[in-house]
Amino acid sequence: MSGILLLEQALNGLQLGLMLFLLAAGLTLVFGIMDMVNLAHGSLYMVGAYLIATATQASGSFWWGLAAGVAGTALFGVLLEVSVLRRLYRRDHVTQVLGTFAILLMCNEAVRMIWGSQPLSLNPPAALSGPVELLPGFFYPAFRLLIIVVGLTTAVLLYLLVTRTRLGMQVRAGASNRDMALAMGTNVQRLFTAVFGLGAALCALAGGMLGPLLAVQVGMGESILILAFVVIVIGGIGSIRGALVGALLVGMVDSGGRTLLPMVFESLFGAALAADAAPAVASILIYVLMAAVLFFKPRGLFPAHG
Amino acid sequence: MVDSDNARTSLHHTLHLRAALPVFLVLLALPHITAALHAEFYVTLATRIAIFALAASSLNLILGFGGLVSFGHAAFVGAGAYTVGILMQHGTVPAAIAWPAAMLVSAGLACLIGFISLRTQGVYFIMITLAFAQMLYYLAVSLKTYGGDDGLPLAGRNTWAGIAPDDTALYYLALGALTLSLLFTQRLLNARFGQVLQGLRENPVRIQALGFPVLRTQLTAFTLAGAMAGLAGTLLANQGGFVSPSMMQWSQSGMLMVMVILGGVGHLYGGVLGAAAFLLLEEVLGHTTEHWQLGLGAMLLAVVLLAPRGLASLRSVWTRSQA
Repeated sequence: MSGILLLEQALNGLQLGLMLFLLAAGLTLVFGIMDMVNLAHGSLYMVGAYLIATATQASGSFWWGLAAGVAGTALFGVLLEVSVLRRLYRRDHVTQVLGTFAILLMCNEAVRMIWGSQPLSLNPPAALSGPVELLPGFFYPAFRLLIIVVGLTTAVLLYLLVTRTRLGMQVRAGASNRDMALAMGTNVQRLFTAVFGLGAALCALAGGMLGPLLAVQVGMGESILILAFVVIVIGGIGSIRGALVGALLVGMVDSGGRTLLPMVFESLFGAALAADAAPAVASILIYVLMAAVLFFKPRGLFPAHG
Repeated sequence: MVDSDNARTSLHHTLHLRAALPVFLVLLALPHITAALHAEFYVTLATRIAIFALAASSLNLILGFGGLVSFGHAAFVGAGAYTVGILMQHGTVPAAIAWPAAMLVSAGLACLIGFISLRTQGVYFIMITLAFAQMLYYLAVSLKTYGGDDGLPLAGRNTWAGIAPDDTALYYLALGALTLSLLFTQRLLNARFGQVLQGLRENPVRIQALGFPVLRTQLTAFTLAGAMAGLAGTLLANQGGFVSPSMMQWSQSGMLMVMVILGGVGHLYGGVLGAAAFLLLEEVLGHTTEHWQLGLGAMLLAVVLLAPRGLASLRSVWTRSQA
């Protein structure tokens, strides 16, 4: 019984971790290559989820909605980069924080004006709405399984893109030493537009995958943005590998802590204290993890800058 | 006479009394003016502005003068507010006990968080301060005895010699706290400690090579800023009569940072100008349209692109474009 519970928690943690990875991948590259703090990254996730929900309702098919929404968000990301963010690269971090905070406010308000304050519903495809029997007696929701498959596939594709292609080589070069990459003839500006578009598409994909589980609403980007920041800081800013490791770590620790801690606390301190303290400790667990990582490795687990 | 552009590059900070004193006198008379105009609401707004000016100024001490981009400053505001709320829940009402206690709690937390965070630099520092603030936020959410997610209503205001201050008295308390903290900050910045702190912003390696203690200076500034933020938190709790985790949310830290940048990073009055501009903008836009955040965002973006050093630098931008 407890083995099945552990397996279920492991799958939940993997699912959360992979989705965080989709968000963190774009963020860490933007951070790494351009040394740019982008608070508006979560807005892309929100815009993606809204576009997918709308396109799904219009077309009647989750898959068409997903494709259209991802493409639309990538386009939005590219436009944002070309029009505003490009002007902020050479500025200091505080200015970038202010500028992207402004974009975040505007995105939230624009979404509220277009779609209203009520959360949108995004339904998973009917074929995937039921549970699947993974092991005898162990049922797991099919859609959550799909999230894991999509996440793993994207992670592998992204890994291949970054490690095996010319574009990926330029991305890595840009992340480890931007000036040198420029001197060697990389068009860093165009590269960055491409990376930003890709990051936006990944955000939208995560939004479409998590939309049916969480609510599609204004402000959904903020809470997950913080998690994505935690991920890339743990992993080391600019490192894709670090983002993957950090995301899985955060996903596992977060969902593991939420189910396992109450049980541990109950056996240690009794039910009354466990009911009070366990959720508190579980919710700060990933921040403790991050603080601990930074205490011992102030530049994250896999620092990208040599 | 030092012009404003030089004042920024110099490490010496004047009070700009010729401009500040008339403003201060007007602020002193404000409750009488609003009473004459039957616009008492503006005393509440002015109190709110003074409180946030205090919080933003405390952030400006470490962000603007120390170069430490702390993204968790609202946590110290919240910690001060919660100290007041929790003490009141247990029957401790006198401000003479509650207010220093709140400042001590915030300072202690800042000292602890700063000690760990100051090991990191740059973006990592931004993120680790954010992480600690999130920890305190979730801690507040989980304090079921003290309201948890819903927050904690206060039974009343902290009493001074047995009397709970009314709105006007609270305004003067906030104004007094802000004035004292600005005077203190100005003295601090012009003392050797402040010179070292600002030197660390410009070139930490050189300051270290000169034999000044890096960590101790930054940690002291961080702790002092925490205490001032805690004071802002007590005022906020007293004004609203309510304490809630949302005071510590990361967007609140972001807002304080926006105020500082808007007003002018590393200007003595940067936090004050920024808080006033931000809250007045919110007030005016909030009255005209429910979608005021769109206008606010657009204005912030315009400041970023047009007045990179904040409102306090607008004069030098203006004079340069005239030349």
